[in-house]
Amino acid sequence: MKAIVTVTPKKSILDPQGDAVRKAIHHLGMECVESVRVGKHIELEISGTNLEKTREKLDQVAKELLSNPVIEDYKIEIQ
Amino acid sequence: MRFAVLQFPGSNCDQDAFNAIRDVLKQPVRYAWHKDTRIDPDETILVPGGFSYGDYLRCGAIARFSPIMGAVKAAAARGQTVLGICNGFQILCEAGLLPGALVRNTGLHFLCETVTLTVANSRTRFTSLTRDGDTLRIPIAHGEGNYRVDPETLKAMEDRGQIVFRYAGGAPNGSLADIAGVCSKEGNVLGMMPHPERACEPILGSADGLKIFQSLLNH
Repeated sequence: MKAIVTVTPKKSILDPQGDAVRKAIHHLGMECVESVRVGKHIELEISGTNLEKTREKLDQVAKELLSNPVIEDYKIEIQ
Repeated sequence: MRFAVLQFPGSNCDQDAFNAIRDVLKQPVRYAWHKDTRIDPDETILVPGGFSYGDYLRCGAIARFSPIMGAVKAAAARGQTVLGICNGFQILCEAGLLPGALVRNTGLHFLCETVTLTVANSRTRFTSLTRDGDTLRIPIAHGEGNYRVDPETLKAMEDRGQIVFRYAGGAPNGSLADIAGVCSKEGNVLGMMPHPERACEPILGSADGLKIFQSLLNH
C-alpha cells in the first residue's frame, strides 16, 4: 500500500517561506492569492495488508520523526 | 574538566570547538563519533554546529536518532553539562532535551555576522562569570535560528530563568522574545544559535565566547 504524509507549518507559526512564495505569485499577476503555506509531501511504499496497524504505527512515525509537533501539523492518507 | 565534542556526518564546527577547548581553554577534549555509545560520567558534552545529516527533513531531526544521542540523554538526566551550538541547539530541541524549535529566519536569508548578545540569566553554570545585562559579541551563522515555543511554555521558561541569552537590539532572525539561547529546567543543558567557539581569541575579532567556557570551569 501507499501512504502520503503531508506536513504543514502550524497556523500559529509564521511561515516566511510561504510568504515569500505568496509575494512571488503576486509578481505573476495573481493578486487574489491571500495566503500561502509551504509544507512537505512524503510518500511511503509500505508492504503488508494490516491497514489499522499500519495507520497506528505511521501515526507514531509522523509524530516522532516526519513532523515536529511544536511547529508542524501532519495528515496521513493511505491509498 | 574533560570535554567530548560530538561528530555527526555534516558537523562542521566540531574542529573549531575542539581547538577552542584544547588550545585556548587548555582542557582535555576528545571527539565522540555519532555511532559511539559512550559518554563518561565526568565529561562535558559539546554538540557542535554544522549541517548534521544534510539538514534532511528538519535541522537536527535525523541526528536525534544517532546512537550517541542515547548516551547524551542519559548524561543530561544525570545532570552532566550539555552545550549545543547552532545545529547542536537544533538537535537538542529535536531530541526533547530543550523546549521549543528553530524555524527558518524571518527574512529567509542565511545570516552570517557578529551580533551582540545580552546575558538574561547570569546564574547558570554557562554564565557564572557574567552579570545580568552584560553584553557579549559573538558571531551567528544560520538559516534556521528563529526560536519558537508556545506562549504558556515561554511564560514558564521566563519565570524559571531559562532564557539565558537574548539578541541586543532585536533578533536578526525573527526569534521569539529575541531569544538567542535557552537552558533546560534543571539548568545543565544549554542551546544557543551564536558560536562562542568562534569568538575565543582576540585575533578572531572577539574573545567574548571564552567567557561561556570559562564560566563552566568556574562553576
